[in-house]
Amino acid sequence: MKGGAAISVLMLLGACAPAPVETAPADPAAVARGRDAASRLGCGACHAMPGIAWPKGRVGPPLSGFGARPLIAGELPNRAPLLAAFVTDAPAMAPGSAMPAIPMKKAEADDIAAWLLSLDD
Amino acid sequence: MTERTLSSEGWPPAVLDPAGPYSEPVTLLAWVLLAGGPVILAIVLGALWIALRGSPRLKTRLGGEKAIWILGFAFPSVVLTGLLVWGLMLTSSLSAARVPEGAMRVKVIGEMWWWRVHYQDGQGRETLRDANELHIPIGQPVLLELEAADVIHSFWVPRLGGKMDMIPGRTNRLLIEADAPGIYKGQCAEYCGGPHALMGFVVVAHTPADFARWQASRLPSQGAGGEGLALFLSSGCAACHTIRGTPARGRAGPDLTHVGSRRTLGAGILPNNPGTMAGWVADSQAIKPANRMPAYHQFSGEELQALTAYLVSLK
Repeated sequence: MKGGAAISVLMLLGACAPAPVETAPADPAAVARGRDAASRLGCGACHAMPGIAWPKGRVGPPLSGFGARPLIAGELPNRAPLLAAFVTDAPAMAPGSAMPAIPMKKAEADDIAAWLLSLDD
Repeated sequence: MTERTLSSEGWPPAVLDPAGPYSEPVTLLAWVLLAGGPVILAIVLGALWIALRGSPRLKTRLGGEKAIWILGFAFPSVVLTGLLVWGLMLTSSLSAARVPEGAMRVKVIGEMWWWRVHYQDGQGRETLRDANELHIPIGQPVLLELEAADVIHSFWVPRLGGKMDMIPGRTNRLLIEADAPGIYKGQCAEYCGGPHALMGFVVVAHTPADFARWQASRLPSQGAGGEGLALFLSSGCAACHTIRGTPARGRAGPDLTHVGSRRTLGAGILPNNPGTMAGWVADSQAIKPANRMPAYHQFSGEELQALTAYLVSLK
């Protein structure tokens, strides 16, 4: 789709269009690191996640196919920078969510965002 | 993509990687038995091959009275007697029958599916209650008095010592010791029903100076608590959990006075951070099925946040 960037900006502003979103090709190393970080931090305590056999928590939504979802927590456009900010400090990004702020490094948050955006099934 | 299981700082624990004088002999014995088993198996298979496929001359020799006396009687007698004597000598230093003078004493009580940890002074008086995590100084033996509250469990921190059953109505004693500071994981080693496989344990070994600092930090809760404590008290949590310094005095579940400073949640199985705390409080049944803490479905997102923030603050 030509002009994807312009459309993305519009979507960022509008934050409601359900059209497919073009994502930058994911860096496989970042995706792998992101999965490791999500495993190490225990994200599975609340979320069922593809590739992680246990735990498969039920408090938060399952994360399979996350990369294809238009919105984060039903509130924010699902783009890498917002997603990285959300996984670190959900209360600041989506007040009212049960997901707490979780201490992690900026690089870990970026990797986790890359991994989540790579999930397409 | 291969499915895998979350590994929280080396849990389940490494088994053949001793880190102290009470686990080294166990590991050596295990290696000798592991290496010796295949040697003897090879001899037996060799004899079997001769019996089935060997030349008539070899078969005759194998079937003779001399071979029976040597291979069937003398060889096992010598090998098994030697192993018995050597094994007993090697592991005699592990015995808790002779406890070194001044050894630190801790009572650990197995529960379905977690551990009570009661620190004691030199006279056996209880000084501090905690759960699922044991702090010890390095370079000195620690005497564990192992009991069970319900069914048989088995205490096992493979890098620090042997394995010892915890039997209702009995007190078994086990010595452990760590050579270097670090985190050593344990695992219940006797099937105890339900989520037995998710009954982990943590030993944190400190330098003597760090250990003294840790001991000095074990004060009753000083925090204001605010909404989180109010929710804890009004939602039934206090019926099972104690937080010293608050009205929460329940005894059925783990003491939470210092839960925020533990390395893990759920008895050794999850890393401890606000996210895993929220997940455990709201629905521990999804993480550790059939454990005795019910799922809590009544909290709003904000309430769960407040409760989580309070628990995490209990350092």
